[in-house]
Amino acid sequence: MELLTPGIGLIFWQLVVFLIVFFVLATFVWKPIASALRAREGMIEDSLKAADIAKEEMAQMKADNEYLLQEARVERDQMLKEAMTVANQIKEDAKNETSSITEKMIADAKVSIENEKKAALAEVKDLVATLSLDIAEKLIREKLSDDKAQKGLVDKFLKEIKVN
Amino acid sequence: MEPINMIKSLLSQLSKHLKIKVLLVFAIASAVTVESVASDDSEEFNPGEMINHHIMDSHVWEIWHGMNVYLPVIIYSEEKGIESFSSANFFDADHNAIPYNGYVMDHDHITLASGDHVLDFSITKNVLFLFIDAGLLLLIFFAVARGYKKNVGKAPKGIQSFFEPIIIFVRDEIVKPNIGPKYERYLPYMLTLFFFIWFGNLLGLLPGAANLTGNIAVTLVLALLTLVITTFSGNKNYWGHIFNTPGVPFALKPIIVPVEIIGIFTKPISLMIRLFVAITAGHIVILSLLSLTFIFHSYLVGIGSTLVVTFINFIELLVATIQAYVFTMFSSLYIGMAVEEHH
Repeated sequence: MELLTPGIGLIFWQLVVFLIVFFVLATFVWKPIASALRAREGMIEDSLKAADIAKEEMAQMKADNEYLLQEARVERDQMLKEAMTVANQIKEDAKNETSSITEKMIADAKVSIENEKKAALAEVKDLVATLSLDIAEKLIREKLSDDKAQKGLVDKFLKEIKVN
Repeated sequence: MEPINMIKSLLSQLSKHLKIKVLLVFAIASAVTVESVASDDSEEFNPGEMINHHIMDSHVWEIWHGMNVYLPVIIYSEEKGIESFSSANFFDADHNAIPYNGYVMDHDHITLASGDHVLDFSITKNVLFLFIDAGLLLLIFFAVARGYKKNVGKAPKGIQSFFEPIIIFVRDEIVKPNIGPKYERYLPYMLTLFFFIWFGNLLGLLPGAANLTGNIAVTLVLALLTLVITTFSGNKNYWGHIFNTPGVPFALKPIIVPVEIIGIFTKPISLMIRLFVAITAGHIVILSLLSLTFIFHSYLVGIGSTLVVTFINFIELLVATIQAYVFTMFSSLYIGMAVEEHH
């Protein structure tokens, strides 16, 4: 049966043509295609890896930033707290100093007032004594005849004092 | 692989095509009976002859009825040496076979007038379609390769983007898993094999085309190439499995070793027969169904058989791809068994 018996002619042509096609395609087509595919797949793999690394770095950076921010925040709080303490201290000190100065001034003022008072009293005493002496002297110097004259004199002196 | 498993897998491969084979037998049987009935009247339509004419090789390419391309004949005989002439010389004006220059052609079989055998290297219909298949492969894949040169490191474009997934499929799904880490050496052969068979199968489905991949000479050469590559790739482990199968008691070796040696040849033979049968049977089924119209002389049968043939044609498109896949896959598997390292 011819259907099942391979013909020598077709075997020959098939062998020749297939081998030619195979060698031509293997050299000029399959080799460059295989290497191009490999190169592209390598590139895609590398790109994906690079993207992953970049993502990781980004996350790392973000974490770093967060940490820095946190640290800055803590530092700021610390500084604020310290500043507040210092300010309070200064205020307190100022208050204390002011009150001590005031007290001292008040005390000084009291002392000086006391002194002034004493001096004034002494002066008044002196004046009263002098006036009394003057009045007594004038009384004595004038020869007083009667009580009326004496009394008038006293009034006159008293008026003088008032005028003074 | 254990010999029993091998035989099992062989059987399962064959049983896959058993249905098609049954159809083949049925078609041939029915064709023969129709022929004997119809032989009373030589003008009567003869489906058996028509089908045989379509699936077999010829020196004349009949594009459609009455439109013949006479192909060149190249023959060698000891008496006359190499001679080449057109096959048109074998026909007279009424398309009757006549002897020419001491040669006789009977049903596309050329002999000397004395009846002696000649070696026929003619450019037959199948050789012509072999050239077309090869030409298509070169044309298309040079265009694809140009795409890779032009779009270096870029996404594929045009014809390149159509064939790239198929090339990657052959590489990643057929060759790599079956051959293993050394697959790259065999990738060019496998890609050529896959696309040669696929294009050949598809070409064969065109009306008026030759049944190239359904010719046993073509499948024989392809299977032989796989056998040669497998044999020359075989490592110590592979030959050790054949001649000194590990894990087999010494007493069984006289049985196992011949089985293993037969196994070297049954593998390519199964490749050869599978492709030949699957493609030829497909053609026979389609032609038989079409013949029904002319046997019954009925429009109704014509409509029915056309519908069925259209459906079968779609299946044949699938079979064309599956057979290319299966041939490449088993070739890879056999080579993979030959290069597999001991584990």
